[in-house]
Amino acid sequence: MGELKEEIRQFILANFLVGEDPANLKDDTPLLDGGILNSHATLMLVMFLEEKYGIQVEAHETSNDNFDSIDRIASFVQAKRA
Amino acid sequence: MTRSAVSHLCSDLEKSSISFPNLPAVFDPDGSSVTYAELNRLSDHVAGFLVQHGVKPGDRVGLVMPKSITSYALMFGIMKARAAYVPVDWMGPAERASQIFASCQVRVVFADPRCTGLSDAAWTLVPLDASSLNILRSYEPLQGGVSGRSADDLAHILYTSGSSGTPKGAMLTHRNLTSFVDWGAETFGGSEVDRFGNHAPFHFAISVFDLFVPIKLGASVHLVQTELGKNPMLLARFIADRRLTVWYSTPAILRLLAEFGKLESLDFSSLRLVLFAGEAFQIPGLRRLMELWPKPSFFNLWGSTETNACCYKEIPKPIPQDRVDPYPIGLPGSHCTARVFDESGNPVTRGQEGLLHIGGPPVFSGYWGLDAANFVDRDGIRWHNTGDVVRELDDEGFIYVGRRDRMVKRHGFRIELAEVERCLVRHPAVAEAAVIALSDRRAGKRILSVVATRNEMRPSIIELKAFCNKHLPDYMNPDEFVFLSSIPRTSSNKVDYQALIRKFQNELGEHA
Repeated sequence: MGELKEEIRQFILANFLVGEDPANLKDDTPLLDGGILNSHATLMLVMFLEEKYGIQVEAHETSNDNFDSIDRIASFVQAKRA
Repeated sequence: MTRSAVSHLCSDLEKSSISFPNLPAVFDPDGSSVTYAELNRLSDHVAGFLVQHGVKPGDRVGLVMPKSITSYALMFGIMKARAAYVPVDWMGPAERASQIFASCQVRVVFADPRCTGLSDAAWTLVPLDASSLNILRSYEPLQGGVSGRSADDLAHILYTSGSSGTPKGAMLTHRNLTSFVDWGAETFGGSEVDRFGNHAPFHFAISVFDLFVPIKLGASVHLVQTELGKNPMLLARFIADRRLTVWYSTPAILRLLAEFGKLESLDFSSLRLVLFAGEAFQIPGLRRLMELWPKPSFFNLWGSTETNACCYKEIPKPIPQDRVDPYPIGLPGSHCTARVFDESGNPVTRGQEGLLHIGGPPVFSGYWGLDAANFVDRDGIRWHNTGDVVRELDDEGFIYVGRRDRMVKRHGFRIELAEVERCLVRHPAVAEAAVIALSDRRAGKRILSVVATRNEMRPSIIELKAFCNKHLPDYMNPDEFVFLSSIPRTSSNKVDYQALIRKFQNELGEHA
């Protein structure tokens, strides 16, 4: 789980938070409400997750419940892989 | 003059409710629908309610609701009361909505109960949601609406990003809108069997086509829920399942549909017409889309909130293999005239660069509460200076060149960079902010904020993004932030945007 969160964190930092101090992006930082993931960014993240973890994300699953923090994304990915 | 002779969006609805009373007029995102007769009755109920609450001709009524049959009926009801509807993004910052409603002094606001934080000091706040149709039906109807209807009645005020740093409200009359709707219905044809998709939110000018052209024709409009509209797979299924015949959206959405919508697996045999506007459609994406959707005709439309679509160009099928540049914005429609003038309002030699000016009935009547509307009076015509720099070529029509001001389009959304700056400097740690747009091959444009802080403790980028998200529409949130000790200035002490663009376009490089 720790490694999974770290990989998601690195992807978000590299693509949507260029220049940010990695320590500022916490596991519970709000990503959707915080304006970090807009709809285009969410699509890019979904493509990354599908490819990297071999999962299939359904269109309705990119909700606040699953995507608003690194914690939630990691739990979502883990549930998908189980 | 009889009422039916007045150019008015509500007259179009009434005519269709007589010609096609039992045909479906509008489909809710959930799939339910109402007929023309019902929609017309619902709007009478709304008009009655508004008159009872003191709304007079010329008043403004706010609308902060997701798309539904209810909000669509409210729009017509507001116009039947001879008031103007003022639609605002229900998912956007409540502070911005309140600011807009205060600016144009609305009398009543219809708001989704989930829109919390909306001020209600100066207007009557009416909470309604998508399931409120029966509440509308309980209002005492005013059949046919308020008498004395005129083509010069304001139909709506659409607020766009403002160069002064606050949103500005473009005022459109029924004459403005029906001149465009009539042209659209005539130029693109159609009949009561057509099914139009409405992708754009009600607060964007693109929605005028999908919301009112079908009403003129007796066709139906299918409202796309906002979240679904951002999701290419769900959106593709929606277009196929509803067997839409007409689709109109920004190239950004069409590109996503072609790339992620799995279009080859769905049936789009009903689709006959695809329109796009808002920004240039780069040829590779357009070519891909036209391969996936071989049947419909494709048109590039050009316009602005102030004039709606004025120029258009049909895309040849297939696109020639050697075509590299995006298609031109084309020739003006029969409802308006277009000329290229220089900065002083004098005509330029054909083929030279200049500012595109639009004249005729679709041109708006100004911004609410502001004098500046960029009008030029010449040859007995009142021209609107669109600010778009174009060249006119004999065989292609107008070619879009760019802008000389600080308005940019990203993903089809219009953004005044000054408005983003004004938001950022309200953050307590920010001393100065300069916001620039950099070209990007992948995304088209990236918005970069250059920030100088008050002291060494700089806020995190996450904090600034969250701050922008709280005060600005999400489409205006910058992509990137960099921090400088001070903002570079020219010898006349103005922010040196060109120096910043040179510095960061090279430093950050183009994204592949």
